[in-house]
Amino acid sequence: MIKILLRRLHILLLILALLVSVVYAQDEPSLPSGLGEDELKDGEEPALPSGLTQSGDKGSTVEPALPQGLTEKPEGPPDKEAEMINNITKIAFDMTGYWDARVGVRTQQDPYEKDMSLGETRLQLEIERDWTMATFRLKTDLLYDPVFNHHRIHMEKGQGWLDLRETSLSLTPTSFMDVKVGRQILTWGTGDMLFINDLFPKDWNSFFIGRDSEYLKAPSDAIKTSLYSGLVNIDIIYTPCFDSDRYIDGRRISYWNGMIGRRAGRDAQVRVDMPDDWFDDDEVAWRIFKNLRGYELAIYGYQGFWKSPGGTDPVSGLSIFPGLSVYGASARGVVSKGISNIEIGYYDSEDDSNGTNPFVRNSEFRFLLGYEQEVAKDLTVVIQYYLEHMIDYDNYQRTLPSVSRIADKNRQVVTLRLTKLLMKQDLKLSLFTYYSPTDNDAYLRPIIHYKIDDHWSCDVGGNLFFGKDDHTFFGQFEKNNNMYAGMRYSF
Amino acid sequence: MTIIIKLFRIIYFLLILLFSTSYQLSWAEEVKTMASSIKIPSVNDIIKNANRVAYYQGRDGRAKVSMTIMDSQGRSRYRQFTILRLNKDAEDQCCGDQRFYVYFHRPADVNKMAFMVWKHINKDDDRWLYLPALDLVKRIAASDERASFVGSNFFYEDVSGRNINEDIHELVETTKTYYTLKNTPRDPKPVEFAYYTMWIHRKTFVPVKVEYYDKKGEKYRVYEVLKVDTIQGFPSITKSRMSDLRTKGETIIEYRDVKYNIGLPDKIFTERYLRRAPKKYLKKK
Repeated sequence: MIKILLRRLHILLLILALLVSVVYAQDEPSLPSGLGEDELKDGEEPALPSGLTQSGDKGSTVEPALPQGLTEKPEGPPDKEAEMINNITKIAFDMTGYWDARVGVRTQQDPYEKDMSLGETRLQLEIERDWTMATFRLKTDLLYDPVFNHHRIHMEKGQGWLDLRETSLSLTPTSFMDVKVGRQILTWGTGDMLFINDLFPKDWNSFFIGRDSEYLKAPSDAIKTSLYSGLVNIDIIYTPCFDSDRYIDGRRISYWNGMIGRRAGRDAQVRVDMPDDWFDDDEVAWRIFKNLRGYELAIYGYQGFWKSPGGTDPVSGLSIFPGLSVYGASARGVVSKGISNIEIGYYDSEDDSNGTNPFVRNSEFRFLLGYEQEVAKDLTVVIQYYLEHMIDYDNYQRTLPSVSRIADKNRQVVTLRLTKLLMKQDLKLSLFTYYSPTDNDAYLRPIIHYKIDDHWSCDVGGNLFFGKDDHTFFGQFEKNNNMYAGMRYSF
Repeated sequence: MTIIIKLFRIIYFLLILLFSTSYQLSWAEEVKTMASSIKIPSVNDIIKNANRVAYYQGRDGRAKVSMTIMDSQGRSRYRQFTILRLNKDAEDQCCGDQRFYVYFHRPADVNKMAFMVWKHINKDDDRWLYLPALDLVKRIAASDERASFVGSNFFYEDVSGRNINEDIHELVETTKTYYTLKNTPRDPKPVEFAYYTMWIHRKTFVPVKVEYYDKKGEKYRVYEVLKVDTIQGFPSITKSRMSDLRTKGETIIEYRDVKYNIGLPDKIFTERYLRRAPKKYLKKK
């Protein structure tokens, strides 16, 4: 009887177990350890962002769920911010520019120049219009410069109250061709503030008195045609009337005047005989270039004139721009942890092909080697070696008038640029140094630039020249050492 | 009596039989359902998918990006740019070479500047910057990948993706919603973190949250996805935030006008289009 009772109990237990197991099986299975939802850890889990939450999604912090298929449109009423951004963009595409004011003083007396090296305010306006096949761009500076005090407009020299930086029309007549016609800024080559094959006009005055570095480039009035193919790309730039540099002429910056054998400035301004016949005194610059797996290779050519005075007319005494052809090549790419570049150029001074004319610059071979690397977080270093090697040096020495200062056969320059970004990249400290061991001179460009907010910025900087002699490239500008400060509102 | 006992025995065995089969069945079902609901991909697949969703969706893409950078005092900076991206190796797949083109609109002092990156997986990236005021195509040295991108709290790496081979990834937890990954750098020297934890949404593989810990084990940097939109079938992060817990600064990044597979040709990512912005692809159509 006890046996039977035990059996009954056994059966009862089994039935109970069966029932329990069935009920249990209908619930969600518990997960093996490590995969289970640990209730305690729920709090640590991030809530799903909008767009990923689903109604009925148990356990997750409930957020207004996006219905399935809701795409592309943001939730809720139209975003005010988005509207604002669109408006800003509209303005950005219509007109942009800045207002800039800056002053600079010489840090020493210069008997031939004013004490103020810079004092101007300018409003730059830029308008761009796009069509399917073309883009029109106008960029102009309205300028007030009481220091220079010369308000008549001179379009070539960029003088007066208006400096037209760009008026160009870009066209794409076929898929493999671009054409840009009109006034434009042009740049190519691999140097950092050193130029071999870039024979487009530079504004050395702006560079030396502390304008923004964009003013180192002066505009060209030219037609640029670019052809692209899988094999190589070609740029051809035709300038129908010679565009010279905005060279040092003594009006802003004092310089070494070889004719009078001393420094000179406003008292003995450089007077030039400029090649200015349209289609006769023209310039052609071309480049064939290719990007080979990240390595940029190019060969260059130029037919035109020395861009800054490269000789003197012995009869009139005027400075001249003798004929010049340049042939060169460059390569740039990743080397080790940085970027390396190499560039060479042969300057063929056509009006003095054997170097016997003492009134025209000799032919030269130019060479540049550079390396850039970010050495620490937000600290970049660029070092360059640059060489100007005079060809036919013997003829130069033999024919040079005895009173003249003799130039070296090799002019070597080493540059070092240090750039450090601080305060979330709002503060930029930069120092660019040119040092020539052969000329025994140097040029330092310290700049501190601070972005106050998205519109306002200010900068303080200096242009400091040092030299053993008065006639060397940088040494001649020693009396122009200056410090400047600028303020800019961009819109 | 014996008959009753025999009957009981028969019922007993029958019940045992029934019980055991039914129990086995339900157990089998349980295991089956469990397995299907928690079928876990390998860690490698999870991280690859998370990277695909964050950086590699479609063949190519375009987005208008706005960044609001805020410091602890509530001062804000604003950046706006359009970004074009092309997968060089494979469509909708992590983690091959890529091309990026960034065209800046705001702030005004960088308007019309263009930044181009050839992102390589097995070597340093190639980078170029075009400065329109000088018409200058500048080559940029490969910078520290963990340096600020345009002054924001995002690093270069956060914007273009961190090479997945640089970390050891461990799946530390799988919840109903997330895979939680702990990522430890193979080489701790060049990075500022000791490890970072990622919550990856199981259904979509969207990396919803990332927390960075320093060598002392303190959390100092947090990335959070604030909004996801499904665009052309791709779950897309359209708003996210990076917070620096030390400086109390943060950056919110928003992606608008996102579009995939716009047919970007490879030639866009060349010097030609640096000098001449590819408006056709930059503008919303």
